[in-house]
Amino acid sequence: MQTVDPVSDEVSSNAPSETPSNVRSEAAKKIQKRDAWSRRIPLLPALIFLIAVTQIPFVLSIYYSLTEWTVNPPRPRTFEGVENYTFAFTDDFFRDAAWVTAKMTFWSVVLSVLFGLGMAMLLDRKFRGVGVVRTLVLTPFLVMPVVASLVWKTQMFDASFGMINWFTDQLGLEPYEFVSRRPLWSVIAVLVWQWTPFMMLILLAGLQSQSDSVLEAARVDGATKWGIFRQITLPHLRSYIELCALLGAIYLIQVFDHIVGLAGGVASTRNLPFFVYRTSIGGGWRFGEASAYSIIVVVITIIFATFGLRVLSGLLEGEDAA
Amino acid sequence: MSKSTDVADFGSNRFTGALLSGFTYLLGFMFFFPILWMVLNAFKTEADANGDPVFFFEPTLDQFRLVTEDIPGRASFSAVYTNSFTIVVVSTVIVMILAVPAAFALSVRPIAKWRDVLFFFISTKFLPVVAGILPVYIIGRELDLLNTRWSLIIMYTALNLPLAVWMLRSFFQEVPTELIEAARIDGASLRSQLTSVVLPIVAPGLAATGLLCFIFAWNEFFLSLQLNTSDAQTASVWVTGFESQREDFIAKLSAASTLVVLPVVLAGWVAQKRMIRGLAMGAIK
Repeated sequence: MQTVDPVSDEVSSNAPSETPSNVRSEAAKKIQKRDAWSRRIPLLPALIFLIAVTQIPFVLSIYYSLTEWTVNPPRPRTFEGVENYTFAFTDDFFRDAAWVTAKMTFWSVVLSVLFGLGMAMLLDRKFRGVGVVRTLVLTPFLVMPVVASLVWKTQMFDASFGMINWFTDQLGLEPYEFVSRRPLWSVIAVLVWQWTPFMMLILLAGLQSQSDSVLEAARVDGATKWGIFRQITLPHLRSYIELCALLGAIYLIQVFDHIVGLAGGVASTRNLPFFVYRTSIGGGWRFGEASAYSIIVVVITIIFATFGLRVLSGLLEGEDAA
Repeated sequence: MSKSTDVADFGSNRFTGALLSGFTYLLGFMFFFPILWMVLNAFKTEADANGDPVFFFEPTLDQFRLVTEDIPGRASFSAVYTNSFTIVVVSTVIVMILAVPAAFALSVRPIAKWRDVLFFFISTKFLPVVAGILPVYIIGRELDLLNTRWSLIIMYTALNLPLAVWMLRSFFQEVPTELIEAARIDGASLRSQLTSVVLPIVAPGLAATGLLCFIFAWNEFFLSLQLNTSDAQTASVWVTGFESQREDFIAKLSAASTLVVLPVVLAGWVAQKRMIRGLAMGAIK
């Protein structure tokens, strides 16, 4: 009972027992508050910067979207309320663009995740030159999207000079104008080519983080390869696949360069970003209308994003449990 | 030939192992082929590049000479390269300066609502860039930033900041809390906790994050086309200028493309191991 604990002694001398309890708790609150601010301060520069650069344009867009504002031919900007929105919802071109966006994003994400998984499994083995092959497969992700588009258009897909048609010609097939006959799928093909490496990298990290002892135990227990893949590897990869799909969707929903560079913006490849661009500074010059479209796009994306963030929060919860 | 002695998942005998390795080589080659072909075309004459494929030819540097020479009316190669490098490096440095403390405040010494803040960061990545281009353009014009390097530096910083915060946070997450606690008890200030304890551990993560920001910024095209076509033109806009309706251009375009993708491809090759870890983000373990 009489042991002298230097720490508690010090504490009690700092906060003598005569001090009324409310004073003490106020002091504690002050410390807590100061602590909370010292935690927040490192965050603030990044937060303020991002709010300024992303939210100010957003608020301005909302204002523009409520105006009639056509630059060419020039007319004064007038306030007109929700008219742009009611027009947007009846606009077939806008609906088409939404549909193109859905198809383009869905197929490029799904295919690149599938190919990426296959590639990752092939590269998750030990053989001579595996590093070289991984480097080769990685490269399309590093290539500038406009360059990828132009190279595929002029040197791969082209009906007279393209390598694909040269190859099919050797097999005795007719030349095929890929880009003009199947513009949307040509764009998707190049997107998949560029994003498969990205998915492969994430999934490869996932495969390599599997515990060897679990796999070994399953093998000793006589599990088949397919059984191991389905019951151990796939569940383990689940969060990696979710991460792939989420990151892929974030970037692929915004595709612009390939549509311009590869397909020259023909109708069947016009996704929402391209459509908004064409309505505004890309030649339409109907700024009010374009702003309404972009607000609708943002709202739709936020709905999808909430869904995506739920996936993310699942990932974060897994982290808390670990 | 094949040394597939340790086959982890499938192909338990040597023959299927060798077959799988061969198949992987083939796929790797196919993936790389368009890039290889572009580089080969860059060393051909226009006559060889435009026509039936020529596999054996006398390599020439003419195309590189043509695309890098100064022609009035076209931004010069050296100016474009300087612009791109300045914009990308400055924006990546600013991203890191902003993101490192922010990631610290979301992981090592977390604020109360770190999850909400992290989601806010990520949610800004969901906003389509094109949806904000009009106000950005108008603000840029008001502030006299159009056709200067600053417009793109600011925009690329905003584009890459969420990804950087997210990646760095997961790297910080791996720092053992006992280490930081020990430094704090020893009376180390917040800054010295950060610089002497946390940073050395997360240095590889910083490199991976910086590299990814570099890649995305270097390859960006849309904003560069809208905000910055003349005085501060970047490589991605410059290279599209070689597509021509009037004359054969494949060899020239290939040479310009090769020059433009080179920095990022080399950086990616050198740092690929780190990038793999960076992309998987350590968050999921």
